[in-house]
Amino acid sequence: MAARMLPSEKDPIGPEGTATVSITVDGHAATGILGQSIAGIIMAGERLGFRQTAKLDRPRGVFCGIGVCFDCLVEVNGLSDVRACQRKASEGDVVVTARDPQPRGGAA
Amino acid sequence: MSEVLVIGAGPAGLAAARAASDAGASVVLLDASDALGGQFWRHLPETRPARNEKYLHHGWSTFRALGEALESSPTVTIIRSAQVWAIEVLDGVAVHAMIGEPDGARRERRVFRPDALVLATGAHDRTLPFPGWDLPGVFTGGAAQALAKGERLAVGERVLVAGAGPFLLPVAQSLTRSGSRVIGVLEANRAARLARGWSPRPWQLLGAAGKGLELAGYAAGHVRHRIPYRLGRAVIAAHGTDRVGSVTVAKVDAQWAPVPGTEHTLEVDAVCVSHGFTPRIELAIAAGCELTPNRFVAVDGNQRTTTDGVYAAGEITGIGGVDLALAEGEIAGHFAAASATESVSAPPTAAIRRRRVFTGFAHRIEAAHGIRSGWSGWLTDSTLICRCEEVDFGSMRAAAVATESESFRSLKLGTRAGLGICQGRMCGRTTEELLCALNPNRELSDGAVSDRRPLASPLRIGELAHPSSQNNARKGTP
Amino acid sequence: MVSSAIVIGAGIVGAACARSLAMAGLDVTVIDRSTAASATTARGEGNLLVSDKAPGPELVMALAAAKRWPALVRELADELGDGFPGIEYEPKGGLVVATTEDGAAPLLRFAAAQRSAGVDARELSVAEALNLEPDLNPAITAAVHYPQDAQVHPVNAAEALLASARRHGARVRQNVNLSGPILDANGTLLGIATNEGELHADAIIVAAGPWSGEVARTLGVTLPVLPRRGMVLVTSRMPKRIFHKVYDADYVGAVGSGDAALQTSGVVESTESGNVLIGSSREQLGFDDRLRVDTIAQIAAKAIRLFPFLADQAVIRTYGGFRPFMPDHLPLVSRDHRMPGLWHATGHEGAGIGLAPITGELIAALVAGAAAPCDPEPYSLARSSLEPHLTAVA
Repeated sequence: MAARMLPSEKDPIGPEGTATVSITVDGHAATGILGQSIAGIIMAGERLGFRQTAKLDRPRGVFCGIGVCFDCLVEVNGLSDVRACQRKASEGDVVVTARDPQPRGGAA
Repeated sequence: MSEVLVIGAGPAGLAAARAASDAGASVVLLDASDALGGQFWRHLPETRPARNEKYLHHGWSTFRALGEALESSPTVTIIRSAQVWAIEVLDGVAVHAMIGEPDGARRERRVFRPDALVLATGAHDRTLPFPGWDLPGVFTGGAAQALAKGERLAVGERVLVAGAGPFLLPVAQSLTRSGSRVIGVLEANRAARLARGWSPRPWQLLGAAGKGLELAGYAAGHVRHRIPYRLGRAVIAAHGTDRVGSVTVAKVDAQWAPVPGTEHTLEVDAVCVSHGFTPRIELAIAAGCELTPNRFVAVDGNQRTTTDGVYAAGEITGIGGVDLALAEGEIAGHFAAASATESVSAPPTAAIRRRRVFTGFAHRIEAAHGIRSGWSGWLTDSTLICRCEEVDFGSMRAAAVATESESFRSLKLGTRAGLGICQGRMCGRTTEELLCALNPNRELSDGAVSDRRPLASPLRIGELAHPSSQNNARKGTP
Repeated sequence: MVSSAIVIGAGIVGAACARSLAMAGLDVTVIDRSTAASATTARGEGNLLVSDKAPGPELVMALAAAKRWPALVRELADELGDGFPGIEYEPKGGLVVATTEDGAAPLLRFAAAQRSAGVDARELSVAEALNLEPDLNPAITAAVHYPQDAQVHPVNAAEALLASARRHGARVRQNVNLSGPILDANGTLLGIATNEGELHADAIIVAAGPWSGEVARTLGVTLPVLPRRGMVLVTSRMPKRIFHKVYDADYVGAVGSGDAALQTSGVVESTESGNVLIGSSREQLGFDDRLRVDTIAQIAAKAIRLFPFLADQAVIRTYGGFRPFMPDHLPLVSRDHRMPGLWHATGHEGAGIGLAPITGELIAALVAGAAAPCDPEPYSLARSSLEPHLTAVA
């Protein structure tokens, strides 16, 4: 196990609101609670790695969670370089996680 | 009516907006998020309100009061999802913002030319690099809190919290209150230093009563959850293939150098590491504000920066926590309004008094928990320093030795450290310190700093090319 | 007999001068008031262009430089080994396009004149241009391909030249401030006074880029070199979709212009790291380095005119630099006839990266009295086009 949503009924703060939002991530359907970030929905699906890096082909996922590290970049509805931790999921969003684009190994 | 623009809706920005409004100015409050509160009061979205949100927060009622006052005020305009991407100082200060969803492509481009500006842009975690810190499952403390408070998502089931500073405690608390089991909190500093700074137990011996209560609350949480709090220890490596599965923990000496032979392995499914905070000062630099020797925004007793009409409050003037941020924000908002409206009113003496108390707290955090140079002892040649461009310590050293360069700019361009999309937000200060230590003369002398980012946020080329709508000051004046 | 030299300025031109002088056997000291390769050199795109130069002395130098660079890159790699940051020399070629009906004929005329001066300038149909650059806006009206255009990593190239100079015995002293000249009774320059003491040499070479005027003034002569500001935008990295240096033909007009007002034109190219560099602008603002959003907005608009897909790409950084220009828009690589012992190597405007190696070799030949790699007269301070600008007394 890893990241997971705390179910509302077990949550000491008692969240209300049960509306959901459905997106696709790399072609697979994923559902979150309305108001969640794309990163949150992906992570709640027990997936921590969002992309493979350009140079070393290593996995990378959410790191700072507040929009400053840009590690969680995904493509949303055809637009690249979207921070999954900052973008709230909208119904029907098509999210593609991908190999980090780089034409070839950059200068060390 | 004279206009005060406030950037950032965390504690400092909210307090500034409220004070400026109370002092008779028209206020525009911008924040990149779609909710008020900043990182400190990050909470569930309006579509998922919680009955007992205050359980996760310190000072929740203060936040609610500030938010309600601002939202109901006819002279305060709150613009959410406003990403400020540049500040231009030509004839006065122009603040350029994109309004719309984060990293969108068709956002509205707006320019604000306020009579006075308050910068309250806050800080983000600073995490020192260690082998494996790029693995999924390694988070900053801020990430764990943002996901816990903003989505009720626990980053892991078996989590270790490590680094330095009293702010590790609220991270552990957010985790336990979101369903994680925190197996320990590791503070790199040893008891002797903490005692010199304030106390071996940071939640005790606090002159700042509110802060003492806040941290006492966290301490009680620790006791209840039986979370071990260990001093003089650090996470020096994370291991795993697709995600973190374990970490190596070691004792560190007073300078944070790992002590050989003390390493042991702990199984975790997430680790949250923060060694302090980096103030978000690019907008202040863009506005021409001078910095202090410690690289915070320099302000006078009225929170005024060295640029005319520009004020600063909160973590960008020194890491001091919420109470100091609230006090500074109130003072900044008050004097920004006075300068914008060219009026004189009684100084906010209560806020000034609180600022004095909590400034002491800020100094003690630095004395007790500030980063020590021995940490680089846990680096290996293949440890990534710049995450974006995947620049490792070995290639950084090779470039520094081969060129003998004393130029941070040249070394940055040569190694690509800090040139990626985060623009050195994660690695910038670390890169500066490492390159300086690697130079034969222990010096980088070109005066370049990693905090300077004339573009404060990425934007689409099409958005930049698109004309802006002007938001001129003195709206509403006949 | 000239046996020692001081080079003032450790940018790419100073580094190239130091290397050539040291290889010619001189005892060389380089000083910089700040650090190496961190001012003008660190704020350009690394252009080695023949395409933007009209027939004339600058093109002669550019053609010589285009021929020289590949061998120089090999020499430096052999000398410095693998551990040194890469120079990233890429002979990618340039593609110059006209984006208006009116712009087509002047571009083709310009290319024809360049061909007669020895430039490989190949007129392309729109289809051929799109074959080279599939994402180019098909609404172009003319296109010329310049295979001789290339790019280098300017900072790494400058650091490599400097490291090579050190291996040939040169000393590099950073953070040294010049305070004045040391002259004999006849007005011959014998050395310089600095905050770290006096330095003596047979030849003092000013290679301080746009600050050369200030340095010359400190030494007691006027030099009509002025700063011209240029801005560059950097995108996030992306899969390679731009294969040449592609620019709008109106860039050529902006390069040669003496107009002080803002001029922008679309100049777009990829780098090895995957980031796309977008220029360009030219503004005369003195040394004012404040951000001007209108300037970068204009650059962005013109880049989209060349490559519409760029509209949705993210720009992550912008930087600006000061380029040194002479009133007659020609480089200055020359002795100073007014002050024996003083030499100049500056005024390359936006071409200094590409022209640095030839400039260094020319200076070394002139100082040492050896055979010059090209006719030095057009780059002389004594040329007639500069005469009206040298009359003011320091």
